[in-house]
Amino acid sequence: MKKGTAAEENRRIKKLRRDKNKEFAGIAYGFIALFLAMIGYLAWFQTARSEAFINNPYNSRLDHFAERIVRGDITADDGTILASTKVAEDGTETRVYPRGRTYAHVVGYSDNGKTGLEASYNFELLRSHTFLLERVVSEIEGRKNEGDTLVTTLDDALQQTAYEALGSRKGAVVVLEPDTGKIRAMVSKPDFDPNTIVTDWDAILADDEEASVLLNRASQGLYPPGSTFKLVTALEYIREHPKKYKNYSYTCSGSITNDHYTLHCFGNSVHGEVDLEKSLAKSCNSSFANMGLSLNIKNFADTCEDLLFNRDLPIDFAGSGSRFSLTGESGESEVMATAIGQGKTLVSPLHMALIVCAIQNDGVLMRPYLAQRLENADGGRVEQYEPSAYGRLMTEKEAKILRRYMKNVVTDGTASALQSDSYVAAGKTGSAEFGNVKGRSHAWFVGYANAKGKHPIAIAVIVEDAGSGSTVGVPIAKSVFDTYFK
Amino acid sequence: MVTIITEVSKYLMMILFACYTYDCFSVLQKADDKKRQKRIFRRQQMFLFLIHLDAYLVIFAVKEDIKVLAFFAVQVLLICVIQLIYRFLYKKASRLVTNNLCMLLVISFIILERLNEAKAIRQFSLAVVAAVITLVVPFLIHRIHFLHKLPYLYAALGIGLLAVVAVAGKTDYGAKLAFQFGAVSLQPSEFIKILFVFFVASMFYHSTELKQIVITTAVAAAHVLVLVVSKDLGSALIFFVTYLMMLYVAAKSPLWLGLGAGAGAAASIVGYKLFGHVRERVVAWKDPLSVIDDEGYQVCHSLFAIGTGGWFGLGLFQGMPNKIPVVDEDFIFAAISEEMGIVFAICLILVCASCYLMFLNIAMQIHNQFYKLTALGLGTVYGFQVFLTIGGVIKFIPSTGVTLPLVSYGGSSLLSTFIIFAVIQGLYIIREDEVFDEKRNSRRGKQADQKVAKG
Repeated sequence: MKKGTAAEENRRIKKLRRDKNKEFAGIAYGFIALFLAMIGYLAWFQTARSEAFINNPYNSRLDHFAERIVRGDITADDGTILASTKVAEDGTETRVYPRGRTYAHVVGYSDNGKTGLEASYNFELLRSHTFLLERVVSEIEGRKNEGDTLVTTLDDALQQTAYEALGSRKGAVVVLEPDTGKIRAMVSKPDFDPNTIVTDWDAILADDEEASVLLNRASQGLYPPGSTFKLVTALEYIREHPKKYKNYSYTCSGSITNDHYTLHCFGNSVHGEVDLEKSLAKSCNSSFANMGLSLNIKNFADTCEDLLFNRDLPIDFAGSGSRFSLTGESGESEVMATAIGQGKTLVSPLHMALIVCAIQNDGVLMRPYLAQRLENADGGRVEQYEPSAYGRLMTEKEAKILRRYMKNVVTDGTASALQSDSYVAAGKTGSAEFGNVKGRSHAWFVGYANAKGKHPIAIAVIVEDAGSGSTVGVPIAKSVFDTYFK
Repeated sequence: MVTIITEVSKYLMMILFACYTYDCFSVLQKADDKKRQKRIFRRQQMFLFLIHLDAYLVIFAVKEDIKVLAFFAVQVLLICVIQLIYRFLYKKASRLVTNNLCMLLVISFIILERLNEAKAIRQFSLAVVAAVITLVVPFLIHRIHFLHKLPYLYAALGIGLLAVVAVAGKTDYGAKLAFQFGAVSLQPSEFIKILFVFFVASMFYHSTELKQIVITTAVAAAHVLVLVVSKDLGSALIFFVTYLMMLYVAAKSPLWLGLGAGAGAAASIVGYKLFGHVRERVVAWKDPLSVIDDEGYQVCHSLFAIGTGGWFGLGLFQGMPNKIPVVDEDFIFAAISEEMGIVFAICLILVCASCYLMFLNIAMQIHNQFYKLTALGLGTVYGFQVFLTIGGVIKFIPSTGVTLPLVSYGGSSLLSTFIIFAVIQGLYIIREDEVFDEKRNSRRGKQADQKVAKG
């Protein structure tokens, strides 16, 4: 009996004290939560955000690393050396690029400032993960350690083919695997020789005003998309008429006039009666301008935003964001021009390739990447970069419809040169007029190809001021596809 | 060879510090097992000594200067003296608080020695002075019983000193913070924090009626306003949050918390609109890289340091912490993270959290409401300051330019933190008296019961 009351009394006191300290406990939990949030943020920063800071050119710590580490190699996916540091007997280091101009923009240079992979993987190239004992020994002997090797996703054969196919013309080619996001080739012209960048520097700068030699046109160049943009206009039309898009019909008489503005079909062709599929296969400007006038502009802008217009591309190297500027206030002439890929819209070749990737990959965009893995100087794996999905840009069904249309462009349209026994290709050509000069245009081709037993590949080709997409763009894509599927 | 020592030491110190940190929390379990506690405290002292020794080994290997070893010896002596004093003079003080104080001091000596030897020596001398001065503080807290009777003295002293600084202080990074007496610069706001806590505690100890709350709030607001006028926004924020927490606990009503938070939010918006330097800090917080040449410079360099250092750090003397402006004061956490690693830095946050918990622990344990409020107030001052400085350095919140207590270089901050820790130790001693009284009373009660039963 007495014990019971004592226990009760104890409980009562404890409860009293708990009540009395309720506020204290609340504050303590709150502060501890703040501390833990801070720790969580610090860990998150290091895993997810630190790279942008570490590789910033203002961070002079990395130059300091170079005093102890010999900068690592950069290689193609088969081990072909793209960049390497030669150490002379007296210790002088020279960065050499055995493939020279072919990889000038994507690999970049490290001797006069840093660009390309040399810039974005500066930190990784200046770390050494060689065998610990080896590092200890070289430390004692006062030797520098070998930096890690960056193995890229680039395919040497594809890069060479694209480089040669582009010839001496200005332009860009970018090739990706839609199902992984691996960038297999990225070429930009005019180019420069990274081996002699220091001595050529003044000459390059003198040229740069006009030719923009240093610009990586594949990711940084912004061009009017021309007819390749009709894929986007068609997608918007399908979205607005999910059940009835097949009923679309238009009779093309070679031109369309509205709001005192006349648009002609390419070469003034008259396409007659066309549905959506045929409009795309024949790249009928009049039909698409007509279609554009029927669209809800706000929804059109939303669709473009889904496709990453007016946003940064998910890449960790230098690139320019594409622009789409139609609004409710835009005049009819601008709507017509925009619907066929003229107007104020600007895209980078890489961005067009990513849209094609999403179409090929059932609507899901894989994050594009260039770095496949890091190895130590002895070839041991340090870090592997895995494919990851960026997100869905369109539904599976929409992607499927667009694929059918794009195949039709090859079987029965402007890209018929891509018909082949060893692969199935699909795509869209474009001849984008630029400036105010009539009759001059950039040649575009965007598309993909697949065959059993290999990853599909997507491609975007642009050749500046070169004429039509089907005569200039398509053959470049063909040589890349032929090389890849041979 | 030096690099190998640095490399190995960096991992060793990280592991030792992780063990130390683990013990900070494991000791809280099974609090009744005194033998286990003693064992853990001794182990912590060993970790502490080994980290200290290892760091100075690296420093000696790099500097190859025999003076470094002598300096290390006197540092060890100081730590031993502090430990012995508390061990023998203040047996009832919290040994965890003592250990943490020593640990933070040692980290401060190590990183300052690496950053700037002259400052390290100065900081060490100041630590000796602070240790001596605060030696009597626990005794005073224990023996003086009229501390709660002087609220208006605290308030007058506090506001008066702050006002003098606001008018006559020297300007540092756009804020008026300090007096200059020859070579000594004194930053009164560091000490007024303590007076302020005593003021609020004594006010609410006497009454928590509305009238008292209104008067106290007005005086607290006066403190904060003077600080805002001096552009010392970090301190203003600390005073504000401290007052809010004490008010909430004293009035026992979440309503005050809500009101205060609302007023705080409104004041922040006004401050943002009113002060250019507040807007700069916010811009630098949102996207420091975009303004790297101007207001984002400091935060960017801090993040370069932390990011490049990575989880395990670059090793002592292997980074470039001196590239960060004011690295030895407001941004010392970045230097520690860069060279000793993020893992080490996270342990440091946890050790600070452990100190904070020990402050709140005594606030909950002790019965006297005046001491309860004092402990809570000092705990908030400490905890919130740690949050502001580290949060600012890692870009979790906009940087406010306050120091990391006990670790950052600076005499006023060091001395005031020493005082805060000593007051808390005094409260632990008072608490032991309370326990003793309770036991005696309950024993008497029982005896009385028995007598009644016999009768």
